[in-house]
Formats: sequence, C-alpha cells, structure tokens
Amino acid sequence: MAQAGTKNRPLSPHLEIWKWGPAMAVSILHRATGTVNATAGLGVLLWWLGALVSGPEAYATFTGHATSWYGMILLFGITASVFIHAASGVRHFVLDIGAGFELDINKVWSVLSPLIGIALAAAFWAVLLLR
Amino acid sequence: MGNGTSIGRVRGLGSAKSGTHHWLLQRWTAIGNLVLVAYLAVSLLLLPNLGHAAVSEWIARPVPAVALALLIVSTFWHARLGLQVFIEDYLQDANRLAAMIALNLVTFAGAAFGLLCIVRLALGGA
Repeated sequence: MAQAGTKNRPLSPHLEIWKWGPAMAVSILHRATGTVNATAGLGVLLWWLGALVSGPEAYATFTGHATSWYGMILLFGITASVFIHAASGVRHFVLDIGAGFELDINKVWSVLSPLIGIALAAAFWAVLLLR
Repeated sequence: MGNGTSIGRVRGLGSAKSGTHHWLLQRWTAIGNLVLVAYLAVSLLLLPNLGHAAVSEWIARPVPAVALALLIVSTFWHARLGLQVFIEDYLQDANRLAAMIALNLVTFAGAAFGLLCIVRLALGGA
C-alpha cells in the first residue's frame, strides 16, 4: 500500500477493520463447513459406496480406517461440519423469508446455529457408539 | 419497444443475464439435502450393525436405494453450486475458468460414480 501522504487518511472498510461478531463468524463458518462437506464429506461418501460395491474385503479396509483413531476424528469432524452447515442453512432459510434481522435475535441465532450443529453431531455419535 | 410490461422490457438485459436461478437452485437442493441426509443419518443409526452384509442388504431395498440416489444428485448439485461461488469469489481470469471446468468434471464424475455404485448394489451386480 502506498504510504506517501496517507498517514491520517481514513481507511476503506475491509475485512481486517471490522470487529468480529457472531453474524460474521457464522457466515464464514457456513462457507468453511460447506467446502469441507463438498470435498471431504462427498469424498468419504463415495469411498463408502465404492467399498460396499467392491465386496467385503474392500469394505473391511474402509471400516479399518473408519474405526481407527484418526478415522474417528476425521469422521466426527465431517459429521460436525455437516450438522453445523445444516443448522446455519436453516438459519439462512429463516433470513430468506425476511425474518430474524433484528440485532439481538440475529445475534442469538448466530451463536446458537453452530452450537445446535455440534450438539446434533455429538448426539449422532453418542447413539452410534452407545447403542 | 414501448409495449409490454415494464419487467418484460428489462428482463435479461442486466450484466448477469439471469436473476435468481442459481440462488433458487441452491435453496431447492438444500431442502433435498436436509431431508435426505436426515434420512441417511437416522437409517444408519437404526441398522442392526454397519457391517458389509447389513449395509448392502439395506441399500439394495427400493426405498433406501432411491433415497441414496436422490441424495447423491442433490448433494453433488448443491456442492457444485456452492463451490462455484467459492471459485468466483477467490479466483480470477484463467484460474477461474480452469477451476470451473475442473469443478464441472469432478462433480459430474463423482455423482455418476455414486449412482453407479447404488445401481449395482440395488440390482445385485455386486
């Protein structure tokens, strides 16, 4: 950035100048989780289906990775990403009909959406592992 | 000119050439994703176990096979639309064009592979 004569001039508002708030965080989180779902999520889904078609041996290789410590961490991450994206996606549907833009209620759902997603992911894994 | 409705005289003349089509498709597929991912999640929890026999027997049934095939179409379509926005925001010029071509190839190939797997499981080819 050119510095000459700019010392006291106002900065144009860009990413780094805003104070972080819940609405910004949930927006970037929605994009980040969507990207994870589209790449890692769909990738694992195809691997699972391909392993099923290829037979019990290939499926055993898949479940071997899926039930290892790194596989469980990765799968929990993907599950949390899917549920967080779903929760903030429902938030988007509400915003789409023009509701939920009042400052305080907007803040509440910005905070709650990712928490609901994480809670759903935790509940899914609790039922899966404890049944 | 000078006749027709005011919307009819301006439709298609903006720089984007189209309006809310992409945005609407993102929403329609999002509804599909919500329903079908919920179906998959609940089904996985209701299966007696997640072994090869139990899962392939489940997918071979008509309703799960159709639901999973629709899940593949809806999620890959939604992912393609979402990653398009990602590419448009962060890449320019030749890189953007190359990324869009790659995105179309990968999402169509991925969806085709997923659908073929489900068809083989459903029709007993595996």
